[in-house]
Amino acid sequence: MIGIYLTTALIISGLVFFNRNKQINKSLVTLFILLQWAFTIYEYLHKGIAELSYFKPDALAILLLTTLSIISIPALFHSYEYIYPEKENPKTRSIYYSAMIILITAIGASYLSNHIAVTWIFIEITTLSASALIFHRRNSGSLEATWKYIFVCSISLTFVFIGILFLSIALGNEGEQGLYFDSLLKQASNLNTFWFKLSFVFIFVGFTAKLGLVPMYTAGIDAKDKAPTPAAALFSSVLMNVGFVGIFRLYIAVANSSIHSWANHVIMIAAFLSIFIATVYVLKVKNIKRMLAYSSIEHMGIVMLGIAAGGIGYYAAILHLILHSFAKSSLFFQIGQVYNIYKSKNLYYLGNYFKYNLPGAIIILIAFICITAMPPSGLFISEFYIFTSLFKSGYLFVLLPVLILLTMIIWAIGKNFLKLLFTPPVNFDETKIEKVNHIETFSQFILLGLVVYLGINPPAVFVDLIHEAVKNLIF
Amino acid sequence: MINVLLITFIITLLYLSIANRLMTYVKIIAFQGLILFGVAFMELIEINPVNLAFILLETIIVKTIAIPVFLSYVIKKNGITRETEPFVPNFVSLIIVTMIIIVTFLISNSITDTHLNKIYFVVALVALFSGLYLIISRKKIITHVIAYVIIENGVFILSLAVGTEMPMLVNLGILLDIFVSVFLLGIFINKVGDVVKDIDITQLSNLRD
Repeated sequence: MIGIYLTTALIISGLVFFNRNKQINKSLVTLFILLQWAFTIYEYLHKGIAELSYFKPDALAILLLTTLSIISIPALFHSYEYIYPEKENPKTRSIYYSAMIILITAIGASYLSNHIAVTWIFIEITTLSASALIFHRRNSGSLEATWKYIFVCSISLTFVFIGILFLSIALGNEGEQGLYFDSLLKQASNLNTFWFKLSFVFIFVGFTAKLGLVPMYTAGIDAKDKAPTPAAALFSSVLMNVGFVGIFRLYIAVANSSIHSWANHVIMIAAFLSIFIATVYVLKVKNIKRMLAYSSIEHMGIVMLGIAAGGIGYYAAILHLILHSFAKSSLFFQIGQVYNIYKSKNLYYLGNYFKYNLPGAIIILIAFICITAMPPSGLFISEFYIFTSLFKSGYLFVLLPVLILLTMIIWAIGKNFLKLLFTPPVNFDETKIEKVNHIETFSQFILLGLVVYLGINPPAVFVDLIHEAVKNLIF
Repeated sequence: MINVLLITFIITLLYLSIANRLMTYVKIIAFQGLILFGVAFMELIEINPVNLAFILLETIIVKTIAIPVFLSYVIKKNGITRETEPFVPNFVSLIIVTMIIIVTFLISNSITDTHLNKIYFVVALVALFSGLYLIISRKKIITHVIAYVIIENGVFILSLAVGTEMPMLVNLGILLDIFVSVFLLGIFINKVGDVVKDIDITQLSNLRD
């Protein structure tokens, strides 16, 4: 099925690229969404059966693939609101949609990949297609963001490649068979410690460009700021999960070897620094999209803290990852509407959102509660578990500063969102407001509803899948 | 013989740190491509002939001819000034690259694994860190791209070290190469040239907080 999926997606993307008609474009995109869902359901029904020898839908892959399929529906359909009103040539539109389809396909394939080199190839493809999306507006700002994104991601991918080479040295005479994640797990305890450590550091640093942790986080910020909002919604949710998958699958092998506690310290340092830097910038930043991008970095830091702490933290980290994807993507979709109304992303010019777009304002309010992890948000549950696991494993000296930093982030995000909702805007001409189609808001209600529902009353299937995803880790 | 070639590779890195003109950089890149051809030929002689031919053609066509030709084309087309415009004096650059070589050499002495030929490890890491150093110490975007190509060459050398057992990894490295040369250079430098003339990083520093 994965062969059919990749080929069909490539063909659809090619057709979208050459087609200029809006109706045909829409039907092709719908066809792709149907394909995506058929693929997701097929993989769920065939869990654990390897395909084409390089792909294996395990529990983690299925969870994240479903998340991707859910988010890709609004991401593709909301794009019409942003891309079509623009007075640009139809060529850039076709490039946008075909890049979007390739991005979603590559993300899905990299979740499913069972071989570290194949994961790497598909992550390379996500860089390629993502930069086409960032460059969509073709002005100097988007050019700068694209340049930085390509450059930092290329260097990071080179780092990952060096890591894979070191890993192959650590494996010794295993050959290519040793680079499957399954066989890495079996071999983990026999690997040469020096090369394994070196390879973990390089792969970790490389994948942080996608995950958004400290050494390489910068590229993603500009990308999320400059890309059209539906694309930015994908970047800050499912594309970050790609980096997580890369690190997590290697981490499972690391956890079963002698370097486990050392790796935990590396992750802990990177995660703590990420939360610290996110706090500093969230307090300072004036651009609302960049504020959300930094908030993503904070959440990824929390996820990695959960991984490093272990115990219930593993479960909570994956739960947090999925819920954060829903919450953050819905916020980005809503910011698209905010931008359509105010024609600005600067917080100074935003305000009185309740007056101009009531459903949107309600979304912002609920999303604020969700993203800052206040009950009844599902993120509250996962963060609570992560903090419990930090406490239990004796990381109190990390937990306390993190809690203080998170309080500051809640204050900063609250200040900015409440200003957007209630205070009057500066220099705003009310007569030129574009009407927002209220159907556009519907998807965000569903996504935020999922955040609350999956957190408070998770279905048994969901819980079982998460438990299965972390079953190979030492508790 | 391989050792001589690899040491020559390190010497090109030292030369790179004091070179003043962009065209010198481009010529060094071409020369490194030739060195890599020699190393790949001698190291991988035992693998499948078709694969060997592919790797050797890649080093000659992409690394030695296509990338340097394209770089000089971009330099001429966009009328980029010939100076490399480093932020630090050349003498300091030379000292730093020498320090990188010494430190990497010392680190490699602590490796007890007999599985890997240490000289590959040293050369690859030196290329990686001098490439990163060139990126942070030079002003022009084109020099960033050149430094990236050097990192890439270092990675290629490292992949040759495991190449006899896993030719697939060498092919992957080549994939990375082609990805970068086609995408980073091909499409992008042209676009940068269309939007901003005489590219230097000071023009690409508006996005910040």
